[in-house]
Amino acid sequence: MGIEDLQHNFLTGRIEDLVKWARRNSVWPATFGLACCAIEMMSVGAADYDLSRLGMEVFRASPRQADLMVVAGRVSQKMAPVLRQVYDQMMEPKWVISMGVCASTGGMFNNYAIVQGVDQIVPVDVYAPGCPPSPETLLHAILTLHEKIRTGEITRRPGSTVAAGEQATGGWVPSVPDAVRVATPR
Amino acid sequence: MSEHDEHEDERSVPELDPDAELRARVAVEAAALRAETSEGAQELTPRGDTDPTELRREVGAVLRLPEGTYVDPGDIDIERRDDETMIINMGPQHPSTHGVLRLMLELDGETVLRTKPIIGYLHTGMEKTAEELTFVQGSTNVTRMDYLSPLHNELVFSLATEALLGVELPPRAVWIRMLMAELNRVSSHLMWMATNGMDLGSTSMMIYGFREREMVLTFFEKTTGLRMNHNFIRPGGVAADLPDGWEDDVDVICETILTRTYEYDELLTGQPIFRERTEAVGNISAEEALALSVTGPILRSTGVPWDLRRTMPYLAYDKLDFDVIVGTYGDNFDRYSVRLNEIRESIKMIRQIVEQMPPGDYRVQDRKVTPPPRGRIDESMEALIHHFKIFTEGFRVPEGEVYTAIESPRGELGCYLVSDGTSKPYRMHIRGPSFVNLQALPVLLRGGLMADAVAVISSVDPVMGEVDR
Amino acid sequence: MGAVGSRRRAGGHAPVSETSTPTRAGPPSAVLPDVPRLPDSLVDQLAFPPRARYAEMVEAFKSVGFELCSDLCAVDYLTHPGRTLPDGVAPERFEVVVNLLSLSQRQRVRIRVQVPESDPCLSSIIDLYPGADAMEREAFDMVGIVFEGHPDLTRILMPEDWEGHPLRKDYGVGRVPVQFKEAPGPR
Repeated sequence: MGIEDLQHNFLTGRIEDLVKWARRNSVWPATFGLACCAIEMMSVGAADYDLSRLGMEVFRASPRQADLMVVAGRVSQKMAPVLRQVYDQMMEPKWVISMGVCASTGGMFNNYAIVQGVDQIVPVDVYAPGCPPSPETLLHAILTLHEKIRTGEITRRPGSTVAAGEQATGGWVPSVPDAVRVATPR
Repeated sequence: MSEHDEHEDERSVPELDPDAELRARVAVEAAALRAETSEGAQELTPRGDTDPTELRREVGAVLRLPEGTYVDPGDIDIERRDDETMIINMGPQHPSTHGVLRLMLELDGETVLRTKPIIGYLHTGMEKTAEELTFVQGSTNVTRMDYLSPLHNELVFSLATEALLGVELPPRAVWIRMLMAELNRVSSHLMWMATNGMDLGSTSMMIYGFREREMVLTFFEKTTGLRMNHNFIRPGGVAADLPDGWEDDVDVICETILTRTYEYDELLTGQPIFRERTEAVGNISAEEALALSVTGPILRSTGVPWDLRRTMPYLAYDKLDFDVIVGTYGDNFDRYSVRLNEIRESIKMIRQIVEQMPPGDYRVQDRKVTPPPRGRIDESMEALIHHFKIFTEGFRVPEGEVYTAIESPRGELGCYLVSDGTSKPYRMHIRGPSFVNLQALPVLLRGGLMADAVAVISSVDPVMGEVDR
Repeated sequence: MGAVGSRRRAGGHAPVSETSTPTRAGPPSAVLPDVPRLPDSLVDQLAFPPRARYAEMVEAFKSVGFELCSDLCAVDYLTHPGRTLPDGVAPERFEVVVNLLSLSQRQRVRIRVQVPESDPCLSSIIDLYPGADAMEREAFDMVGIVFEGHPDLTRILMPEDWEGHPLRKDYGVGRVPVQFKEAPGPR
């Protein structure tokens, strides 16, 4: 790669790779910790499992400044419209990690009060199972998201502004060979 | 109320509907109560136009407006009069409300007049779920209520179940439970110090608190298998014995955390900005606290030396030597120092527990309550049957009711358990201390500045999991 | 409120004296002795006042030294009508259970009031114990007991326009059928 006549002062590449590199190395999460998983998310941001090395230690309070929404915890019926409103306020490109089993499927609370999976409300990119997922699991989920950003195409993304509940893939085929679903390391 | 019928199929799933007329009547009464409360219609009138009886109602601190109240920006008059008050909303998605708490604040400029805490954003239906799970499975459900001190939730549920069962625990089980409970108190208070420091601006305190907490969580992982939501304290004892070498691990934890609490003193306690922000902020008197049923560090910070471990001891707390920490003024700083010194007292207690830990069984040997060891299942038919019965049907608890209370890091954590003789609770109600302590929030915030609201909420230490259950 | 500008000490270490005797303002068994009671080894008094005397009983306990209302909750006994009650107390569908705590005497009492299904109203004790505010709202939200005299009896845990009272026994748990576990049948 490069133009041989010049004296190696230039690096060339595709704009797309550059943009993706910038995007995945500074994904700023929005504070959306709800329940027990929020404590584990805070632990990931703290000393022993450092999120700062991935550029993610700034948890933006305002969703307008955030890229990633980590839905950490169980989403109740009263919270569901708030969740959707915060998601809608985020600017593109945005991603969602569903952290924990309560956010992924409703978890152990299969009852009237809990939304059975946050993907009924917002489209989810990565699911991290566990109750709560240990910090290593969340880190693996974040790294999987980075991989997805790296190998995905930025011009065609799964629909994220359609009505709640629609799992629109629109013919988009993931170029990541493994399933996006994270296997728990332990 | 007819417009709500459209939502019925989406929202509620009533299996039988024999009392539609009753529900309609209750709904009508509730609507009537909402429209005009006994404190008068809650409209915002400018101060100059307000008559004295209206002003007198401002002595109260609780704002009584429907949750859905909002003001369309188009309705705001540009020529705003100086004597108008403003109602703003804080949360539920907010970096500093300690979970999904929503506050409606009535502000006069920067001063907070009245507050309405709105909860329910984390309501999980755990009390209903508890009626569907057996007593064996109960602690998995209960442990997720107060997720910062899960072992205390399991403890109160197990104590309530054992009170109904009438079993007596072996001493080692009791002392293991005390050890885990006190370690959990240390980790919960460290977490509180971390988030409190963060809310007041000290990010270092956040990192220090989590670093220390990781040590305790590593020990928990070694003993119980999980860092959080352990399901370790079960009716009948504990799930497993302590691992080998636990005394050394616990000693290292005690040494390190105790020396670090003196570092926190240097970082925060003597620091002028911290003192200015916490002293005389969020005051509550002892009479107000008792009237509002507030317990825990908030009550102790007002000077009332009420700690259930001392006054109504459970487990083996009467055999330990510790002090009850009390404050004087009931402000933020007193609550901070009560919790900081409670960490030190808990370390003191943990050291005594390590010295006095008795040998023996870690759970009661009654095969109708606790499952047999896994190895025995291959050898004995009876053990296999007991295992099967306990894990499918669960053990039956005699009919009765009990209210058991323990001292959790937030206050009096109670469990009201009603059993009808089957293997599932008939009704389980958890008295969450944060649910009741949040009622003190309007009183604490009244007259303070908006900027102090964050510090005050943090010092109340609410955990929304047990507020909403 | 509070002492602004005065000197602080870093909390207080006040070891609670073991020899302090609690002041007895009167034993709880002497409070309204004609109200039916059941002996219970796990609580100091277990009283079953009729609905009309409920507020009177709570006030009587408060005057004897029960400063704190620990807990107030409601139970729906639809599927367990045959519970143990003292003579002269007719079982109703709902029960409101109040646990009171005396700090000075270190005692707990429990008051259980029968509330009929046809008229699920009870007087509010918010004037005696302001801390019962949120607890009564929760009992209203979850079971549907209307507390007369409560200034703001609205739903607290469920959304304000929710229909139904989830902790009633005829309200389903709302379980979505998943693999290997069907939705629960009617009780």
